[in-house]
Amino acid sequence: MVKMIVCIKQVPMATELPWDAHTGTLRRDLAEGMMNPACKHALEAALTMRHLHGGHVTAVTMGPPMAEEVLREAIAMGADRCLMLSDPALAGADTTVTSFALARAIEIFCPDFDLILTGCHTTDSETAQVGPQLAEELNIPGIAYVDEMEVRDRSIRVRRFSDNFLETLETDLPCLLTVNTLHHSPRYVPLSGLQDAFGEVNLLTVKASDLGIDPESVGIKGSPTKILNVFAPRAEKENIVLKGAPKKIVEEIFERFDTKISGIIKKDIKREGQG
Amino acid sequence: MAGNAPEIWVFGDYRNYFQNRVTLQLLSRATDLAGRLGAVVCAAVFGHQTDEWVGEYIAHGARKVYLVENEALRDYSTDLYVAIMERLARQYRPEIILVGATSFGREFAPRVAKRLGTGLTADCVGLDISEEGLLVQTAPAFGGNLLTRIVTPEKRPQMATVRPGVFQEIPHNYQATGEIVRVPMPADLPGDRIRLVSSEHRPPTSQKLGDAAVVVCGGRGMGGKGKFRNLYELARLLGGEVGATRPVVYAGWADEDALVGQADKHIRPKVLLSFGISGAIQHTAGIIDAGFIIAVNKNPNAAMMKMADVAVVADANQVCLALIKELRKRLRG
Repeated sequence: MVKMIVCIKQVPMATELPWDAHTGTLRRDLAEGMMNPACKHALEAALTMRHLHGGHVTAVTMGPPMAEEVLREAIAMGADRCLMLSDPALAGADTTVTSFALARAIEIFCPDFDLILTGCHTTDSETAQVGPQLAEELNIPGIAYVDEMEVRDRSIRVRRFSDNFLETLETDLPCLLTVNTLHHSPRYVPLSGLQDAFGEVNLLTVKASDLGIDPESVGIKGSPTKILNVFAPRAEKENIVLKGAPKKIVEEIFERFDTKISGIIKKDIKREGQG
Repeated sequence: MAGNAPEIWVFGDYRNYFQNRVTLQLLSRATDLAGRLGAVVCAAVFGHQTDEWVGEYIAHGARKVYLVENEALRDYSTDLYVAIMERLARQYRPEIILVGATSFGREFAPRVAKRLGTGLTADCVGLDISEEGLLVQTAPAFGGNLLTRIVTPEKRPQMATVRPGVFQEIPHNYQATGEIVRVPMPADLPGDRIRLVSSEHRPPTSQKLGDAAVVVCGGRGMGGKGKFRNLYELARLLGGEVGATRPVVYAGWADEDALVGQADKHIRPKVLLSFGISGAIQHTAGIIDAGFIIAVNKNPNAAMMKMADVAVVADANQVCLALIKELRKRLRG
């Protein structure tokens, strides 16, 4: 039996990103949310583990109230219960204070765990830091970018590919693994899962004050890093749109960019060949 | 240390030395930054029989090397390396610590930052010094669609991981000299909680894709395995390499070596031709350093089309075939 926690995050859906290419601003409030893809792989790994060894899976998230959606999605996939950490005081947290708050929530509301799984990175801020920092906060061993895992009694053996080394590592439970996206492809949500997710779910919502932490020490105020500004590097791109018959388009590309392309491929494509 | 010149540390990530140039690239950038801060560039090297790397780091710009040599450090270990870095940083108080964003660096740096109670910016694509003397760290978000400039105003050290290939290394100078500070292995270091059962070195798969000046990338919009093969001919004519999205690799149209994306290969071609790729963030995160982008997709609203210099609204395979035909004609001349 393995008692598991899976940390998941809601991220804006990639294709729906309402960001303004010219000002570089992002309307997060308008963005459609989804479960971060790597988190789904972590959840799948946990569900597979439960199938093999028994136990239970608690999905944990920190985010604005709308992030409850991804917890319900986790229930639909098969998670047993959920913990939601939501408080305006936590908004704008960097990875240092995010991992701090998550660790306190886990210590208080699900301290009896064997294994914590997280995705190896998110698609929004892409730091890949919260997993390792959460392990550090909880003072447990952590292994990042795990491909395969196997529990044996009170220890876990994992395989990963790290900087050109195919490694097999072993550590004692409890521990934290960040799960790579190469394996553990997420299952489709079964119909029964959807019913579970829309019904009464085992979901506990907690605030910063429930964790006994000083609101000044978390969120944007408590974060060691500060954002100066955000900008869209592609905004200066001209974004020329070409339409029509492929042959015509190709002719136009060569006409306008042959010098540029010739220079880079170091072959002369500027004039028509003979025949 | 207090009273002395501030120090910028670069973590000596010497594993896969000949392919992994990120430490040298960071020493180069640290040298530029140090000039503006009046700081000393230092390397922090942990391991066993590391003389060769220490020499290389000095030849590439390190003026001082903090060296912890011990047989127990023969293999990279997150637990031990984090504990040693924490102690060294507390003792010598560097102003800045830079770490290469290798797999190891991405696991090591967050834990070091956490222990030191400081901030860390991931995967930087730019480092600068502000007027106030702060390290300005530019990091990508949302698959490179946005860049964020971040500082750590109060906590020290200021820490960043940096992607390989962002900065240029300085050519080596074996006449350069540097001070080597040999720090004994701390006697009270906690044991390693992680046991290395086996480690098998896999020679890096072709670096060609990562280093190619021209990359032809294909997605599911190419329409099938047979049609996808056309991209190889186009790449051959352009002297480039072929990259692929994850769904294409899953479908067996391309080998795993060709995967381009967030957790996969990062590419930085001068010209990227993108065929039938919608531009999911997991993919675009791997191409943020691309120069001129031509994207072909039937859907003008695809994210990839918005990122492109030239967005071609058409069938990807048809355009690929037309390009092949036209290139053959022109190259024959």
